[in-house]
Amino acid sequence: MDNTGNIQDNYLKYRGRFKGLMGWLTSTDHKRIGLMYMYAIMVFFIIAAFLGLLMRIEKIAPGQTIMDAQTYNGVFTIHGIIMIFIIVIPGLAAVFGNFFLPIMIGAKDVAFPRLNLFSWYIYIAGAIMGVLSQFIGGGSPDTGWTFYVPYSAESSTNVMFALLAAFVLGFSSILTGLNFIVTIHRMRAPGMTWFKMPLFPWSLYATAWIQVLATPIIGITLLMVIAERTLNIGFFDPALGGDPLLFQHLFWIYSHPAVYVMILPAMGVVTEIFPTFSQKPVFGYGAIAISSLAIALVGYFVWGHHMFTTGISYWSRWFFSFLTFIVAVPSAIKVFNWISTMYGGSIDLKPPLLYAISFIFLFMIGGFTGLTIGALATNVQTHDTTFVVAHFHYIIFGGMGFAFFAAIHYWFPKIYGRMYSNRLANIAWGILFVGFNLLYFPLFVIGIQGMPRRYFDYLPQFQTGHVISTIGAFILIAGLSLMLYNLIYHRRKGEVATANPWKGVTLEWLIPSPPPLENFDQIPVITAKPYTFEPAEEAKQ
Amino acid sequence: MNTTATHSEHYDPEGSKIGMWLFLFTELFLFGGLFLVYAVFRNKYSADFHHVAHELNAFIGTFNTVVLLVSSMTVAMSITAVQKNNKRLAINLLLITIMLALVFMVNKYFEWSYKFEYKLYPGSPVVMNLPQGEILFYGLYYMMTGLHALHVLIGIVLLTINIFKVRSGKVNAERYSLIENSGLYWHLVDLIWIFLFPLLYLAT
Amino acid sequence: MIVMEEKEKHITSYGLFAKVLVALLILTTISVLITEIHFGAFSVAVALSVACIKVALVLIYFMHLKWENTFLRLMVAGVFVLFALVVVFTFIDYLLR
Repeated sequence: MDNTGNIQDNYLKYRGRFKGLMGWLTSTDHKRIGLMYMYAIMVFFIIAAFLGLLMRIEKIAPGQTIMDAQTYNGVFTIHGIIMIFIIVIPGLAAVFGNFFLPIMIGAKDVAFPRLNLFSWYIYIAGAIMGVLSQFIGGGSPDTGWTFYVPYSAESSTNVMFALLAAFVLGFSSILTGLNFIVTIHRMRAPGMTWFKMPLFPWSLYATAWIQVLATPIIGITLLMVIAERTLNIGFFDPALGGDPLLFQHLFWIYSHPAVYVMILPAMGVVTEIFPTFSQKPVFGYGAIAISSLAIALVGYFVWGHHMFTTGISYWSRWFFSFLTFIVAVPSAIKVFNWISTMYGGSIDLKPPLLYAISFIFLFMIGGFTGLTIGALATNVQTHDTTFVVAHFHYIIFGGMGFAFFAAIHYWFPKIYGRMYSNRLANIAWGILFVGFNLLYFPLFVIGIQGMPRRYFDYLPQFQTGHVISTIGAFILIAGLSLMLYNLIYHRRKGEVATANPWKGVTLEWLIPSPPPLENFDQIPVITAKPYTFEPAEEAKQ
Repeated sequence: MNTTATHSEHYDPEGSKIGMWLFLFTELFLFGGLFLVYAVFRNKYSADFHHVAHELNAFIGTFNTVVLLVSSMTVAMSITAVQKNNKRLAINLLLITIMLALVFMVNKYFEWSYKFEYKLYPGSPVVMNLPQGEILFYGLYYMMTGLHALHVLIGIVLLTINIFKVRSGKVNAERYSLIENSGLYWHLVDLIWIFLFPLLYLAT
Repeated sequence: MIVMEEKEKHITSYGLFAKVLVALLILTTISVLITEIHFGAFSVAVALSVACIKVALVLIYFMHLKWENTFLRLMVAGVFVLFALVVVFTFIDYLLR
């Protein structure tokens, strides 16, 4: 399997009808689109992380520190909107899914390349709208990213624009999911049956179904809030006979499955990393594949656990709590399988594995604390406190975020054809890990003690926790900066990478680094089971 | 080897069809949200819903239902016509489908204007003074039929494009994905109306 | 491509489409007449059931599902089931408050 050497060497150097920036903006090459998503996400992540830092600076002391209450409400709202809709939901699927799904199944591109580029443009439009909502009209929206009624229907701030931004972003998510489902159904290489497909594509498949089937509900719900604001339609207004809780039901019917959109590709990524750095097949391949589907399905029916204290019926609470515990099971199965994959393997503790292992640690803290919030009795104590904030940051940032870092460290040599400094990567990881835990763990403690979430001010007894947390934020930012510096610097200056620096066995490691424009000289024919770690004879072709 | 930045155009009608069905699923869930709201409020305000449904013109509703059902048949037939290489028939059937769609839209226009004359629209002083269930019914009526009408308009555009493509021969017996998928979209528009009709017009 | 299934290229006859339309029109008539005859609460159930039959006819014949592969049919059925479940689970709250 070698580079033909004729389509201008590789996808990065390729020059088609357009050159330079235009060559990228008009490209339907899934690899370029994946990178365009990544660069956009990086920019927005820096903005949203900075907003998070501002929040932490504000909270270092009770009372006003650097901003007033109204500003604080606006900051946590836009922090949430950007992080959730612009970064974490698209994140792994749009970046690494786009880049690697076709390659890992032996295809030249996704099923609908032009639709793929269109999805990116929709994403950019929605993201810009989201940021613009800060600066135009009645001021920065202050409803929280959850847009709860009645406040979102009444607030004089620029809620409309934020609602529209989220609506537009939803389209991007739907179209990406649609593209991936058809790609996986129709474009697997000859011989690659469903159960010969690697597990990252499996996770993308489950994710794509959620994107297609859940996102429209938030779409219509956002339109309903717009109708409340503009037409006084009354669905959520008790004065007109409506029910504010109906909004919460509709909102969470999407937004809970959305968290599985966030975490499933993350689990898929680490499922690729463990076998490679243990040089051993994945333990329980079938269980991991099916558990991805199970999480997607069961995850559709737990939304009420966001509403335990709102007054929903007893049976409703019982039902949703029960299913919340059920949905934890497939995740636990995966954790067990990842650890078993490493057991007895030839461990090479490179940065990708370091991030993957810390992913397990952080994800489990997030997961266990999720159970304490999912249990009805303890939920009363923890709901709307910083305990919940810590829980979801452990799951989303510690989970999906660290998996994203793992992915970029894993696939960097393939994407750019260069290696970064392992030493710098490890140091950055260490700083990041310490910072992360200092930032979020205290929030569990003060949360149980009674510190509410989304509060600008607080009682003096919570200050110690807040101070530690703020210090953690700065350390985290330092770690992130070092990590970014390492990657950006070595993008051009790093040692040239081989096709397979990690001795992986999935298809992306069998093509050159960086890949040629159409990925494969010839579409491979698959005969081996996935994750077959034979030296040399890769039983393919 | 293809040297363009886009890829060797591969034509996969089955893949396109699956893609279109996936898109239809999203539409089902989009309207589904409104159906859920309807179900909740009908359950809560069944008397009001029964009462106010009399304000809707069941005759126009039934007529529109018939119009859409026939248009579904004509668009389905137009696909058969293309598959049998009967270009003229295909175009005529598409034209009839579009005509029927326009009839639907005209009816809708009259229905809504009639209501507006009586100041029966969301947020109007008249509606705000109605019993709560009736206020919500009107909200649902306008939002559901409005969203549906938007989809009819999009369908009209899609079908028009198909006429041009059939005429030019781009859509033909060997390559008819576009019209097949456009037909699927049109049937969805019909499906939604099949549910809307009894829920809104026959709630009496 | 993975499965080189030669599309059987089934072409539905004009006649079949016409017959389905007739069935749909009859069902429409039934549902209108049913509401004239006040079955009370029952009317909802009947009207909706008739609507479901109409939807099934459109899906199976007009939308060609009768001749499509099993996976697609499962997907369509699954989507309707999923939506129904969402409604049911929401009503666990609304009916039992």
